[in-house]
Amino acid sequence: MQALFENLDLVLFAALFVVGYFAGRWNERRHYASIRRREKDLAGVLVFSNRFPPAASGRAATRLVAGSAVISEDYFKGALAALYSIFGGRVRSYESLIDRARREAVLRMKAEAHGLGASMIVNVKFQTFAIGGRSQNSVKGVEVLAYGTAVAPAGGA
Amino acid sequence: MLLSNLELVPGRRVVKHLGLVQGSTVRAKHVGKDLFAGLKNIVGGELKAYTELLQESREEATQRMVKQAEAAGANAVLNVRFATSSITTGAAEIFAYGTAVVLE
Repeated sequence: MQALFENLDLVLFAALFVVGYFAGRWNERRHYASIRRREKDLAGVLVFSNRFPPAASGRAATRLVAGSAVISEDYFKGALAALYSIFGGRVRSYESLIDRARREAVLRMKAEAHGLGASMIVNVKFQTFAIGGRSQNSVKGVEVLAYGTAVAPAGGA
Repeated sequence: MLLSNLELVPGRRVVKHLGLVQGSTVRAKHVGKDLFAGLKNIVGGELKAYTELLQESREEATQRMVKQAEAAGANAVLNVRFATSSITTGAAEIFAYGTAVVLE
């Protein structure tokens, strides 16, 4: 018992590490399941990074659409990333985090376009922004913004 | 006011270019919301408060850009871009810019 109290910070770290691992994994799985489901639902909205809509679309209604999401890291991912920053290499724990944020942002953008009756988004741009940055005591997460121009056949949007 | 990040509007002609218009806002986070976000940092998941904060800021920046375009007599802003930069810990600047034009 004495040893437990003497190493309280270490015990706390271990507890958060374990909680972060299980809770984070559960949250990530749930999020991915939801992403896959919605990606299927919105598969009808096509997304292009081309600067112009296909020439065949003719006169069309256009409108700026955007989607964004801020996804938080968990304690496990954070600790793993800190370790990787010493030894270098691929930080898989962050790769999936940014992937989730990006796909979520695209889905929200698609949902907005779908609501406008558009079936196409062109000139899609991405922007990634790290919240918290390098500071020790701030909340850490990553924001992805996706935006583009929704193109609807004339009469829509 | 038509906003688009294309350089043209399909089927419509640009009659007049009115130059660059821009809007920006600097927002800081709320301490109370940050407490909850701190918990989220342990278990992971979406930081909804932050998503909303940045989205609202982006809307405000866009609004300011649109106001400038209206003042210049434009009816559309083309080639709209967004930029986000962290100014200091806990505050970010959201910037929106584009080209104000008159469409026929």
